[in-house]
Amino acid sequence: MAILKVVDVDKCIGCMSCMQACARFRYQSFSLYRAALQVKTRGGISSGFQINTCLGCTEPACAEACPTEALIPRKGGGVVFRQNLCIGCGECEKACPVDAIRMDPEWHIPIVCVQCGICTQYCPHEVIQMVEEVVPHVDK
Amino acid sequence: MWINDVRVLHIDLTNKKVKLEHRPDLKEWIGGTGAASKLFEELKGHEIPPGDEASPIIFATGPLNGVLPLMTKVVAIYRSPYTGDWGESHAGGRLGMVMAYAGIDLLVITGKAERPVYLVIGPHSVEFKDARHLWGLDVFTTGRLIRLHDKSASGRRSILRIGPAAERGVKFAGVNVDTFRHFGRLGLGTLMGMKNLKAIVVVGDDSTHFGVNPEYTKFYKEIYDLVVGSDLLHKYHDLGTPQNVLPLNNIKSLPTKNMQKSQFEYAENISGEYFADNLLVRKIACSGCQVGCIHVGLLREQFGPEHEYKYTQVSYDHELIFALGSMLETRTAEEVLKLIDQVERLGLDAISSGVALAWTTEALQRGIISEKDTGIKLQWGDTERYLEALQMLAYRVNDFWHLLGEGTMAAAREYGGEDFAAVLGQEMAGYATGPVFYVSQAMGVRHSHLDTAGYSFDQKATEYTPEAALEYIVSEDRRRVVLTSLVSCLFARGLYTWDRIKKGLSLIGYEKQAKHVEEIGDEIRRLRWKLKVAMGFDLDNVKIPKRYFETETFRGKPDPEFTNKLIKMYASHIKEIIK
Repeated sequence: MAILKVVDVDKCIGCMSCMQACARFRYQSFSLYRAALQVKTRGGISSGFQINTCLGCTEPACAEACPTEALIPRKGGGVVFRQNLCIGCGECEKACPVDAIRMDPEWHIPIVCVQCGICTQYCPHEVIQMVEEVVPHVDK
Repeated sequence: MWINDVRVLHIDLTNKKVKLEHRPDLKEWIGGTGAASKLFEELKGHEIPPGDEASPIIFATGPLNGVLPLMTKVVAIYRSPYTGDWGESHAGGRLGMVMAYAGIDLLVITGKAERPVYLVIGPHSVEFKDARHLWGLDVFTTGRLIRLHDKSASGRRSILRIGPAAERGVKFAGVNVDTFRHFGRLGLGTLMGMKNLKAIVVVGDDSTHFGVNPEYTKFYKEIYDLVVGSDLLHKYHDLGTPQNVLPLNNIKSLPTKNMQKSQFEYAENISGEYFADNLLVRKIACSGCQVGCIHVGLLREQFGPEHEYKYTQVSYDHELIFALGSMLETRTAEEVLKLIDQVERLGLDAISSGVALAWTTEALQRGIISEKDTGIKLQWGDTERYLEALQMLAYRVNDFWHLLGEGTMAAAREYGGEDFAAVLGQEMAGYATGPVFYVSQAMGVRHSHLDTAGYSFDQKATEYTPEAALEYIVSEDRRRVVLTSLVSCLFARGLYTWDRIKKGLSLIGYEKQAKHVEEIGDEIRRLRWKLKVAMGFDLDNVKIPKRYFETETFRGKPDPEFTNKLIKMYASHIKEIIK
């Protein structure tokens, strides 16, 4: 299954449409905070942008840390989030090695990428894309 | 935000007091320009002398900021320290979206801090921070230090700051927004300087629910697809505004050498095409816009023997290229970038600064002023001297530069040379297209080329009469005042037709405003003009300097009779609407 990848961050123009799309479609919300991916500058706008997002781990530390199995590994990488099981403990946020999960202060659930790919449909430069893992084939 | 409530955050710098006011009634004025003008009137901003510490600065977003693509701007309303009357300036960058997510619809700043401060404003906090260590620093260093020491919400914040020119009271000092955008004109930076306010950081970290529903999501997609998939905004994305340089030059409309000419023999060297092919390194967008019109050029400079190089990223636009390029006969794009970079660091308005130096150069050559006055010899195209002169202007090093910092016309009044001061209300924008543009800037409510785009009428009109010109000016003004109340970028004026404006407003619960949007726009126009005239703008004393009648334009040498007739008709129109 395809995974969200930041394909070429140097093409990013910082419009933040991806973040708005995540908030709009996944959370029916108008928010920059409530977006599973975060576009930031590296240190001021002249330094270029970086996009912090879920790496789609095949052995996700966040799911391992989740005491209630609200987060479980997703086939092909990343996680599935089952909100009805979440108690809002925030262990997943602490466990993520790349700070791609943040707890929502109002809803007490993790804002976490579920690899739905809606953000990629609102990127004018295809900076982010849903990518199937390709293992290089070597002839022997 | 606008949709559920209208939140006005008042910050009193004198007493370090903050007050949150709920003003849903301001929705009657849509938002942006409309709501801020109404609030300015309520605060009696027009009765407080310009430069008085009580003089309010109002920053306003509108109901569609962040909600739809290209709704990205913030309007600032204030009493201009430069003209003494209506101050209105618009900026992009991140500020619009960040204010929307901070839940601040209007931000009102009054009073004067006892010592230099900067403000850090979030959805649930306002901090007054000591800025004594930042006072005196240039715009970029100020930004760097704030980013370094204030780690709040990187990526979801906007940083406004002023430079040395504003601290010293140069009347056309601007405010830098997020490194590459500005509240450039009519001295908003000057006013912040007078208030001892070095910078404002806004953090937008909140979320709201305004009925994000399928209908809204569908409309957003429709607009998004037009932005990225149609030709509507191609020009702004491709070469950006500098694509104007060559076409204007070809039709004798590129102000050159202090308006002595309207064509520049080195125009190719400073064209949008040259910049894009040779110096463009990246494009950036304001938050909420997919166009990416902010063109950033690479300034590569050797600073030592052998191969010692440094590089700087400089954003360039048509207005800067004309003011610091053709107006000064700067012959290379690389030199234009150097001059822009200097203007940015010092926190000056690029247009006014370029035009002021062009006037100074001509005045020196004519012997109206001497090197004794300026302390420096200026010559067309001599970039190194101009770089130095910009410093002298920002730091107001002697009587001459102090006076020039009051405005080109202020200096011309003292020394002579009013006839060749390229001033139309304020220093001119980059269009020598003909008399309609000249009148539209001289009489525009904020003396901006963006007020009514008279340059477009000059270029396109088939029926070229004062009557047709006035009709065009009024119809542009009527629509633009609505766009800047939403608050839209004016590059989206082709995208946001009346129908789309109405649909956008209806989707967020502004059905009533959608229905009467033209009438509300007219009310806002009426209010703005009333306040501008109340602050001293004299409709019967609008002057177009002699130089404009001597230089060829696309429409030939402007006919004084045509020009004066248009001025009179425009003045009567304004008197009629404010009666």
